[in-house]
Amino acid sequence: MTASSRYRSRVPRPEDAEEKEYVGFATLPNQVHRKSVKKGFDFTLMVAGESGLGKSTLVNSLFLTDLHKDRKLLNAEERINQTVEITKHTVDIEEKGVKLKLTIVDTPGFGDAVNNTECWRPITGYIDQQFEQYFRDESGLNRKNIQDNRVHCCLYFIPPFGHGLRPVDIEFMKALQDKVNVVPLIAKADCLTPLEIKKLKERLREEIDKYGIKIYQFPDCDSDEDEEFKRQDKELKESTPFAVIGSNTVVEARGQRVRGRLYPWGIVEVENPSHCDFVKLRTMLIRTHMHDLKDITSDCHYENYRAQCIQTMTSKMNADKRVESPIPILPLSTPDVETEKLIKMKDDELRRMQQMLQKMQQQMHEQDL
Amino acid sequence: MAANEVDVFANEEKRNLELGGHVGFDSLPDQLVSKSVAQGFCFNILCVGETGIGKSTLMNTLFNTIFENEEASHYEQEVQLRPQTYDLQESNVNLKLTVVHTVGFGDQINKEESYKPILEYIDTQFEKYLEEELKIKRSLFNYHDTRIHICLYFIAPTGHSLKSLDLVTMKKLDSKVNVIPVIAKADTVSRSELDKLKIKVMSELVSNGVQIYQFPTEDEAVAEINSSMNTHLPFAVVGSLDNVKVGNKMVKARLYPWGSVQVENENHCDFVKLREMLLRVNMEDLREQTHARHYELYRRCKLEEMGFKDTGPDSQSFSLQETYEAKRKEFLVDLQRKEEEMRQMFVNKVKETEAELKEKEKELHERFEQLKRMHQEEKKNLEEKRRELEEEMNAFNRRKVAAETLMGQALQGCSQPFKKDKDKKNFFSLPSACSLTSGRNLN
Repeated sequence: MTASSRYRSRVPRPEDAEEKEYVGFATLPNQVHRKSVKKGFDFTLMVAGESGLGKSTLVNSLFLTDLHKDRKLLNAEERINQTVEITKHTVDIEEKGVKLKLTIVDTPGFGDAVNNTECWRPITGYIDQQFEQYFRDESGLNRKNIQDNRVHCCLYFIPPFGHGLRPVDIEFMKALQDKVNVVPLIAKADCLTPLEIKKLKERLREEIDKYGIKIYQFPDCDSDEDEEFKRQDKELKESTPFAVIGSNTVVEARGQRVRGRLYPWGIVEVENPSHCDFVKLRTMLIRTHMHDLKDITSDCHYENYRAQCIQTMTSKMNADKRVESPIPILPLSTPDVETEKLIKMKDDELRRMQQMLQKMQQQMHEQDL
Repeated sequence: MAANEVDVFANEEKRNLELGGHVGFDSLPDQLVSKSVAQGFCFNILCVGETGIGKSTLMNTLFNTIFENEEASHYEQEVQLRPQTYDLQESNVNLKLTVVHTVGFGDQINKEESYKPILEYIDTQFEKYLEEELKIKRSLFNYHDTRIHICLYFIAPTGHSLKSLDLVTMKKLDSKVNVIPVIAKADTVSRSELDKLKIKVMSELVSNGVQIYQFPTEDEAVAEINSSMNTHLPFAVVGSLDNVKVGNKMVKARLYPWGSVQVENENHCDFVKLREMLLRVNMEDLREQTHARHYELYRRCKLEEMGFKDTGPDSQSFSLQETYEAKRKEFLVDLQRKEEEMRQMFVNKVKETEAELKEKEKELHERFEQLKRMHQEEKKNLEEKRRELEEEMNAFNRRKVAAETLMGQALQGCSQPFKKDKDKKNFFSLPSACSLTSGRNLN
């Protein structure tokens, strides 16, 4: 059930119009639809994980294009001291008149070096940089053509070879949980039997709860959605984290040409829901929740960043007593930390003096007696 | 003379003689075999790989038993090694198998020190054997040899190449132990990817000078199979103990929705090759290599460290005992010297502390003197002040007396009131003085 058909089914039929006076604003959804098609959409997706887990293959499978031509893969010895880089690929794709400007941010080198302390620094730095850029644009004078380069979603690839989350996974997700929507995925899921997948997913969910990692939560669907949608939603929520397989090659299976991986013992079909969760991921990421991801990024993560930014700027200015920032200052509703401290100190002093005064009065009183 | 005869015999060339009949010493190998079977064999495997990569499962599959092994956690602070020894028996051959697993390998964020515990463990086993060898009363035939005969290095099948950690670790291990790399969880790599991966891994190992174990090709009986196996390195293995029905047989396999990976099917993975090579063909050679090559290298390095040499400065061979005695004497002298040094240091320190304490005492004394002086000065000042006050008091008393006598005179002079008009002033000023003094006297 596509979004547009859902909207259309809500438009009151002309028969209803005869019963009460038909105003006509029920066509607003259609107008929104039309305008948005005209404007086009943009989406920034970040993929992170160790090298060799199938990130590029998965992205190619998701968007059915080949984004990574002429990729240079490093040797093991070159990777001993590698630092994390950030690479960006932007493509414009179109489907049924809807234009999408897709940006894929790749993080080659993550977790590849022998010493991976703070290897997520460049990544958090990049995300903050995009936020800052948007902040400046938003507060500028000419706001007609703001480019939204903020990262809307980060797919984190967890290797299936272990028993659960590793320390580097936990550190990374914790560092990013407040800046971007983190969606963890189990990569290369064709090395796990269905039972093993179930165990690993449970393990991962437990550990994510235990360590308090805030991953992207699917929004609860409205109670007036139809049953089919609710069931789908429930299924989706219960199968996180998704176990995915990616493939760019087309193989012949059961008389059909499908995307898959050919093994001597069988063929793994990427789009077969009983083989892996690729279809669920695609549904979630592209077909149903893309806009929700964007909303949460701009309403939640970006607003947090913005509030923090403003607070630090004004507190710095109070300390320096200089008015230099190019961004206009909004009146602070919350008192500054420093002035609060001063007020507290003065209060304490006053109280002490009052106590002393009282004591002296008492003494004099006793003397007079 | 006897000495010359011995020399003559030694210089003669050894001749090959033809046997006239069957003597029977061709049963020597059999005697050796029956002796070693009676003694039992000993084999030690070290499995190095990330947590969860399938080391325990592969061992279980290889030896067709279930070794007790609990799942390791990912959160170990350091790499640890867990050795476990088992006694296995197969058709009257006893095998004492020790399997050592690495726990927490590759889990830390900073993996620069990950290889160290492994090297230490290997060295410790060599050390123990060396100690036993150097003992005065030794029992090598009874000794439980724990030296690692083979190290299976598990490579994660990421599909592109070796990880940097793998390269660094294998480089450190190749001179200490026989290393055989295996690609673990090979059911995630398709055939074409596998070939590419194998080629890439081997080329990376070669270009970085890592010497992995090569199956021996000198012995004609096994040369052919060994040399063909050498081209299949690293072996891509899959481990499983679950029995799955395939066709009409029960085989060990992993069951997926899209098919089942049979462990013993050569088209599916190289498990059979690994088992052949490791257990059925080359086990003895692995033990030999460990003893003849790796252990000897260790021993040489260790003894050289201790200062032993095989040939002296004038090319005469030393005997171990002489060198040992010399070393011992040296060591004792060293020890004495160190003791002296420490004693000196101690005495020095004591002197220093004494000097410090003396100084402090002096200081205190000075301060005391100073305070005393101050005290005296103040006392003097106070004395002076007291004197002054006393003087004032005396002066005042005198004035008082003077005033009283004047008063007395004035009273007498009251009978002659007009005589002294001049005194009127005094008279009127007097009562005030009088009242004052009277007031005073009352008090």
